[in-house]
Formats: sequence, structure tokens, C-alpha cells
Amino acid sequence: MLKDISIGQFFPGKSIVHRLDPRIKILLVFGFIITLFIVRNLVSFGLIILFLAVTIFTAKIPVKTVLKSLKPILPLILFTAILNIFFIDGHVLFRWGWIRITEDGIRLAVLMVIRIVCLITGASLLTYTTSPIALTDAIERLLSPLKKIHFPVHEMAMMMTIALRFIPTLIEETDKIMSAQKARGADLETGGLMKRAKALVPILIPLFVSAFRRAEELALAMECRCYRGGEGRTRMKQLKLTASDWVIAVFVTAFYIVGILMNLWIPALF
Amino acid sequence: MAIIRVEHLTHHYSPGTPFEKTAIDDVSLEIEEGELVGVIGHTGSGKSTLIQHLNGLLKSDSGKVYINNTDIFESKETLQKIRFQVGLVFQYPEYQLFEETVYKDIAFGPTNMGLNPLQIREAVERAVSAVEIPSSMLEKSPFELSGGQKRRVAIAGVIAMNPRVLILDEPTAGLDPKGRDTILALIQKYHQQEHNTVLLVSHSMEDVAKYATKVLVMNRSRLYAYEDVDSIFTRAAEIEKIGLSVPQITKVFHQLAELGYPVNSNTYRVQEASEQLLRLLKKKGEQEC
Amino acid sequence: MNKLIQFKQVSFEYNHESEEEEPVAVLHDITLSIEEGDFVAVLGHNGSGKSTLAKHINAILQPTEGVVWVDGIDTSKEELIFEIRQQVGMVFQNPDNQLVATVVEEDVAFALENLGVESTEIRERVDASLQQVGMYEFREHSPHQLSGGQKQRVAIAGVLAMQPKCIVLDEPTAMLDPQGRREVLKTLLSLNREKGTTVVFITHFMDEAVQANRVVVVDGGQIIADDTPKAVFSDVEQLKKVGLDVPQVTELAYELRKAGIDFPNGILSVEECVAELQKALGG
Repeated sequence: MLKDISIGQFFPGKSIVHRLDPRIKILLVFGFIITLFIVRNLVSFGLIILFLAVTIFTAKIPVKTVLKSLKPILPLILFTAILNIFFIDGHVLFRWGWIRITEDGIRLAVLMVIRIVCLITGASLLTYTTSPIALTDAIERLLSPLKKIHFPVHEMAMMMTIALRFIPTLIEETDKIMSAQKARGADLETGGLMKRAKALVPILIPLFVSAFRRAEELALAMECRCYRGGEGRTRMKQLKLTASDWVIAVFVTAFYIVGILMNLWIPALF
Repeated sequence: MAIIRVEHLTHHYSPGTPFEKTAIDDVSLEIEEGELVGVIGHTGSGKSTLIQHLNGLLKSDSGKVYINNTDIFESKETLQKIRFQVGLVFQYPEYQLFEETVYKDIAFGPTNMGLNPLQIREAVERAVSAVEIPSSMLEKSPFELSGGQKRRVAIAGVIAMNPRVLILDEPTAGLDPKGRDTILALIQKYHQQEHNTVLLVSHSMEDVAKYATKVLVMNRSRLYAYEDVDSIFTRAAEIEKIGLSVPQITKVFHQLAELGYPVNSNTYRVQEASEQLLRLLKKKGEQEC
Repeated sequence: MNKLIQFKQVSFEYNHESEEEEPVAVLHDITLSIEEGDFVAVLGHNGSGKSTLAKHINAILQPTEGVVWVDGIDTSKEELIFEIRQQVGMVFQNPDNQLVATVVEEDVAFALENLGVESTEIRERVDASLQQVGMYEFREHSPHQLSGGQKQRVAIAGVLAMQPKCIVLDEPTAMLDPQGRREVLKTLLSLNREKGTTVVFITHFMDEAVQANRVVVVDGGQIIADDTPKAVFSDVEQLKKVGLDVPQVTELAYELRKAGIDFPNGILSVEECVAELQKALGG
């Protein structure tokens, strides 16, 4: 049950999207999100969707997976759409009692839905094609200028790595503890909010105790392997920007700019 | 009477995905009341999946499980009742302790059963005496105890529900030899006193041979064997072939039998082995005289 | 041979937080030396002090009294602690709680990255270590996809990458299934035989201990036996007294002797046992 959750799932591959420097990838995703929120005409959105489609195709990510990643946010999409359709003032198309649908409402709903869908797809493409370790590595390096103001960049990256390492372990452990308490007759599924919250105690306490024990043992194991913070540390895999990284970065950025500039000539959706 | 009856039980993990895996495949089995069954098999042989079906923690894709002639998946109410009749002690059970005191932790199961305070106290006291925890420990925090004591408290937490079937998944994992012997002896004593059914999952054929009355061998998702301890080791060669070890004594006696000595090749305990050998040596001595 | 690890009259006690309680002595006057290339099994029940002993070897703990030298370095010298830890790699019991990274090869690289080794050299040493423990093909896996035995082999590779002279393992097989236990033991034996790595191996499993070339038995914070497996296991009574197992065949031999049969002591394997029984029973 809990095993079905896949946070930041990664699909290993050797495509050009996979091989792109993770720092560039992160920055391009940021650029993508910004573009998404400036652009407000259909032609640009068409281009953006095309861009996403090409990326998905090149990265060989199954379309089914992409759609699956949208499933959890379906309620959010519907909620946004309904809110916009019914509650935006403007030219009324349809009225029934107090319910009315306006043209502006529909336009805005379409705009918002496209934005959310593209945003989630774009962001999940980052995690689909970048291993968690490359991702943390890239974040550590992108944030490294912050070291000057004594921001604990290395420590943060280390914490992220350890968290990623232990998420599956702790999920498995939660499953096990839940089964064990169920075997002692714990009822986790029925009752009101208070009763359910109370029923979590037999699960959370063992989980915390075990997490602390794990932390202690891990800290000792790290010390034994000569860990002493970020000072003087080297890395096995070094990130090096290649010519193709630069070329892709320039092309994609140019593409974003074109998309944004189209706002000037093509009438906005809203 | 068969207390546990399993009919054509099959279970797949992650069905309908590329990761689909058959965990147990068409297992049928009847376990009589009052047996102490040693359950043995490799990691991934399906033994954990099987025992989790016996108290309804996992639900089969097809096949039935009957406890005391009741289909356990008949309704939600039956399932909840079955959980109290079939007590399951997981691996490293000490990691499930959560209450402030040992007493409260052991009382968790009986409380969930809806017993009254008097009955709860009685249940806890019985369980505590079964695992030989001194009553002075009852008001301590379970987290203050030693590893072996914690494990005994956790086992008591399941015994306190007074189950008709007690299943223990590798109750000696990670313990030292002394701790292992203590736990196994307690389980044997409990079994003899209560006359109920106990399933003991283990990796050690020697422990199973020493304590169990029956052996259940799982191999590649299927039931490979379910028979008396006294007869299983006649199949020692077969068992070794599927990658399970047999007791050293059994190996020695099989080799002796092959060499033509008149020994019982189904010997698995040191005591029996030495008795047989002493008899043989005595005979030889008499002949030589 | 070169004495790699030396304990000289080492005692150790844990200080309690409250002052009323007496400090608990865990080690008493231990004198021990381990030679380069040794494969030492350390036996003892829980709380006998064997883990504490192990933790002295790589300076996680320092003796209250006495001295521990590792490769000539006194472990109480704080400034040399990383030198010592490079010479003595440590592997622990729980395979889940000692891997840091989300990818096998990154985890093996962890120690070298900490030591500031240059990246191409890290790559070489990581690959070599993974090959030595037979986990090279799993280098891009994530630890949670591996079995317990495989995780322990990755942990061994992680310390091997530091190219230590000695590996200390604190019950590395306690949480594993028989398959995993075999994998780990095989890995350690091949490291010891092929690379000459010194191994200090703490275990509860007698069938593993008999494979060492030396067995040290710890009880009550003291060394009560230190000899070849054959010699140590001859004393069945003493081992049982301190709560340890003996292999079934050893026990059988002991029982026969007790019954007055002329039978050799310290039998460790099935083959030996059968051969001796053949002699005794005659053709």
C-alpha cells in the first residue's frame, strides 16, 4: 500500500535529456516555469506542449507514466477549473438559477489547467531523467555561492542524500510496524478523527525510536569512514559542462524567449 | 482436528505490473491442533507470505484459509476475531514496543480485544509468566530493558491475547546462542503447557530438529514438504539439493549409512547420535572379546 | 610477522551519568596482539565486551587504562584518528544503517571523498573494491534493491576502498539469512587469502568461527581463550559455560569421550567426524 508511493521516481536512461548537466536542467526547468506564467496565448502554449512532447519522446519516458503523475493532482485541476468557470465575471454564456458560466471564466479555466498540467509534467520530467544523487549534487553546486554567507550548503545536500536513502527503508518499516500492530488487534481503519489519530501512536512511536537508532548507527558508520563535514571533500563524479550542454541551454532559452515574445503579437487567451 | 486448513492458496505481489511476482503458488495444507511446526525455506520462498495469510494480514488472490473451520475472509468481523485467535510475532518484534510501561504494552492486545480490566490483568500476568519476565519489570519502560528482555516482552504482547495458534517469524534472529536457547525453550514450554498450535519460522534446521514436531518446507513459492521431524531427514539429500542445510549430525549419519554401518540415517540430535554410536561401539567391543 | 594491532593491559569502563552509580567496567586488563594477515574470530555472548573491544581498534573508544596501538599509532592520539580509521575499516551489524548514499558506487566512494582523494583515483579504487566483493555489476543499483548479504558486501567494499590493512566486523552476519552469511564469509576469506587483509570478525555463529585461523573468546570483559579453532573448540565445557555454541560434530565427539571412548578432541567438520568414526568403528 505504502510502497506504491514514488517520490521523485527516476527512470535510468542514456538519452540526451538524461545526459544533460543536472545544473543546466534545473535552471531550464526554472526558466520553463517562469515562461509558463508569462505566456498567455494559445500559440505559445501549443509550442510549449510540443516542446514537452518532444522531450518526453527523446527521454523515452512512457506516456502512461506521465499521465499517472498527473493523477494525484486531478482534484486540484478540477477544483481550479470549476472555480474559474463559475466564479469569474464577464460575458455570460449560460445561466441557470444562480449558476452562470462566463466566457472569461472558461478562458481562464483553460489557461490555468494548461499551466498546471505543463508545470507538473515539466517538473516531473526533471526527476524522471535525473538521478536523485545528481539532483542533490547539482543543487549543492548551484547553491555553493551561498557558502560565503555561511549558509550550510554541504550539510543541506548531505541531509537530502540521507533522506532519499532512507525514505524507502522507513516506508518499508512503517508497513511492517502497521502489520505488527494490526496483528495485535490495532484498528487503524475505523472511527472518528480523534480515534484514528490515537491509533497512530503505536505506529509513530516505534517509528521514531527506530529512526533515532538508525541515525545514531549511521552517524557512527560515517565517522568510521572518516566523514568530517564538507571541508576538503572531493567527489568521484565531477560535473563538467560540455559544449553540447551549452548548445542545448542556449537553444532552449532562445525558445522560451520566442514563446514569451509571442505575447506581443498574438492575442492573449485571458 | 485441523486447526489450520489452507486450500489452493495463491498470492501475487504487484499484480498487473511488470514487477508481478508469484509469492505462493497453489498451497494446500492442513495443520492439526497441538503441533509445533518448524517452518523453513529460503528468503523469498514464500514462507513469510504464507504465515501472513494465516491471520489475514494478506489477502489471497485465490484459495481459502480456514481457521478452526471458519473461512477467515468471510467478513470483516470474522477477520478481526481471527487476528486474536492467530497471534503473529514478527521478526525483531522488540521494534514494535511503544507504551510507557511493560505492563501497558503487553495489555495492548487484550485491550483491543475488548476485555475488562480484570481479564486484562489476568491475561498480562499469564503472558508474563509464560516468558519468565519478573513482575518487578512490569512498571519499567520497555525501552530500558536489554535486547533479549525486550524481545520476550514483545512475544508476551502476542501471547497475552491467548491465541489458539501462535506464529513466530524468526524469533531468535540476531540473538546470541544463549538468548536463542532461552527463547526457544520458552516457546517449547509454552507449547507444552497450553497444548495449542505453534508455528516457528526459522533458518536453522538444527533448531527445528531440536524443538519442532513437524517440519514445513517452502521452496520456490510452493509447499515442498510437510511432515514429521522424525521422517523428514530421510530426505536429507533432497533437502540439501534445494539449498537448505541439514544438521551436521544428519550428514554424518547419512555418510555412515552409505559406508555400510548399521545406523539410522534419520538421526539429527547429538544425544541420539551418541547413544547409537555407543551401542555400536559396545557391540564391536563384545565381538572382539 | 608484523604486529598490526596491540592491546597492552587495556581496561575500559563506561561512566554513568549519575555519580552515585559505580562506573561499569566492560574490559579488564586485556592484552592481545593481532598480526598482519590474521583472520581472527571473536566470540562471546552479548554484553561480554567483544563489541567494546572491537571499537577500541579503530579509536571509536579509547581505553580508560592501558594502550592500544594500531600499526604503531597510539589510538589515544586524537590528531591521528583519521590515519587509524584508514588503516582499520569498520563494518557493523545492521546492513541498512551503514550505507549513506542512494547509489551503490557513490556509497563505496564516500570514504574516499571524505579523505579528499582525487576523482579519477576514486573511480579506480571504487571499481576495484566492488569487483573484490563481487558487487561490480550492481554499482548503479540503489541499496534498497539489494539483499542483506549484498548490502553487507557493499559496506565491506566501502571500507576496502580506503585500502585498510585491517577490517573489523561487528557481527556482520547476525541479521542475515544463511545465503547472505555464506556470501559475506566467502568475501572475507577471499580478501584475507588473496589480498592478505587482516580480518577481525565478531560472530555468534560457530560454523563461521571455525573458518578463522584464530579464535578469541571474550567473557566478562576478559579474554578466556585465544588459540586455533581446533584448540578452542576442544574445550566444549568451557564454551557452554560462557553461553556459546559448539558445532554438533564437536559436541558429539565430546559426548563420546565423556562416555569413555577413545576419540580425538576438537573435531570441527563433518568429514573429520566421519573419518574418525570409521577408525573407531572399524571396517
